[in-house]
Amino acid sequence: MKSNTVLQVVTGGYLILFFVFLFLPLIFMGIVAFNTSSIPQVTPWQGFTFKWFGKLFADSDMWRSLLNSFIVAFFVVPISVSIGTGATLLLTRLQFKARSGLYAILVSPILAPGIILGISTFLFWDKAFHLSGGIWTAVMGQSTFISGYCMLLIMARAQRFDRTQEDAAFDLGATHRQVFWKITLPFLKPALLSAAALAFMQSFENYNTTLFAIGFDQTLPIYIGTKLRQFISPAMNALAMIFITLTVTGAVVYEVVRRREASKK
Amino acid sequence: MRKLWQDAMRSFGSIGIIFILLSVGGWLIFMIILPQLIMLDISLRPLLPLRKLGGPEDVYTLKNYILLFTTPLHRAVFLKTIWSAGIVTGVALGICYPISFYLAKVAKGARLGYIMMGLIIPYWINELLRIFAWQLILADAGVLNQFLMFLRIITEPINYRAGNGAVIMGMAYAYILFMVFPLYNAMESLDRNQIDAARDLGSSWMRIHRRIVIPHAKPGIAVGCIMTFMLAAGSIAAPQLLGSPSSFWFTQVIYTNFECANWNQGAAYAIVLAVLCLVFVMIMLKIFKVGLKELAK
Repeated sequence: MKSNTVLQVVTGGYLILFFVFLFLPLIFMGIVAFNTSSIPQVTPWQGFTFKWFGKLFADSDMWRSLLNSFIVAFFVVPISVSIGTGATLLLTRLQFKARSGLYAILVSPILAPGIILGISTFLFWDKAFHLSGGIWTAVMGQSTFISGYCMLLIMARAQRFDRTQEDAAFDLGATHRQVFWKITLPFLKPALLSAAALAFMQSFENYNTTLFAIGFDQTLPIYIGTKLRQFISPAMNALAMIFITLTVTGAVVYEVVRRREASKK
Repeated sequence: MRKLWQDAMRSFGSIGIIFILLSVGGWLIFMIILPQLIMLDISLRPLLPLRKLGGPEDVYTLKNYILLFTTPLHRAVFLKTIWSAGIVTGVALGICYPISFYLAKVAKGARLGYIMMGLIIPYWINELLRIFAWQLILADAGVLNQFLMFLRIITEPINYRAGNGAVIMGMAYAYILFMVFPLYNAMESLDRNQIDAARDLGSSWMRIHRRIVIPHAKPGIAVGCIMTFMLAAGSIAAPQLLGSPSSFWFTQVIYTNFECANWNQGAAYAIVLAVLCLVFVMIMLKIFKVGLKELAK
């Protein structure tokens, strides 16, 4: 009994430490967003202010890079989800010799450092099509590995698919198009939606690949990186604070919805 | 081949086949294989002014690769990046193993949900901003120095960013989730009864982990280590934001090459980094005796 209590105390202490480690830096970051001091720091506290949010919103570079991020994600999401679906169909439905080899090549972009994908995409489009870095190369570079994540997600669901449903439909005279739209797609739908959400997050977050692929253009992470390296201002803390608020709000809404759903049952 | 074609026709129809060929073929050829080959080609050519391209001097050479070993700074930075990424991986594994086990086998119900959420929330905040948070803590006038000075433990601020410590810390913090989830997924499928049986028979918890949990979690450990090592070795945000000139990272050498428009050498170093990560993947898969299929989990 005694060793059990010790174990519980140790576990509890570890959990507390773990979450302090995880959240304390973010809390500091949030506090700084409201400190009047023009150097981003927690202490000394020079008074409460909203002016860094104003500074952030007044920066046209921020808005432009935010727009670019949405444009890039707007292309990356459908491209990656389509490729992931195509690869899933190919790898789960057909038996062929090169299958495991092909699978290894297709997951390799996930296992490669992002900067390598960025560099090779940039060089490829420059040399092969004389297209210098920009939105398009960023889309291509990001899709290279995001398609891999989508493939893994969609494949996980496709493996649970009962193929006799399709066979039955074919036997009853359904066309390929009907089977795809009425059976395969509805079954994969939850995985496709989470793949799309993941693709959006990954694209919106991406720094390493985009940094090399995009040339002189900027997405939001590239903008943040440039700002943090050049001239540090608490405006970046304000931006972080917005991210934190959005995330926590999203999490709370999700939890409330989930509970309401659960109580219905 | 004929049979494969028949299978494909039967399962997908002609429109389905065209869709698969376009999507997977485009991905494979134009996004994975050709870009890598072009990068390899560029890495094997010398840096020449535009008018000499295609001339007698434009021949294949290993010069760009040899430079990595003959330039002491580059060699040192490369080796340091390897062992630092190894340390990040080890630290992340150490921090994440207990929480993953707790999540997978101890926590239940609402508590499990809250902890999951607590883990995921920080990851919706941009990687750069997460790393920037550590800059606020570790700067000369940062939280940690202020706190220690307030407690009168130190009188002068410590420059934490002089060595590699800050960069390693920031990376371990930024990439923790990529270690937690593979571990959690692997441990979750372990039958709780095995642990209880071992405990009833008098095994110490250390022995339970060594003989039951760790062997079961091997695929997760391998995948978590691969992801963390790759992210750390390939990270450019953390050394850019938390580093000092003395903690130069290999990715920064590559970045500098591209800034100076020396694409050839940049490409060569990028390939060295890719090969390093490939070798690490192979070693991990070999040590833990798992296949690439485990990634799908």
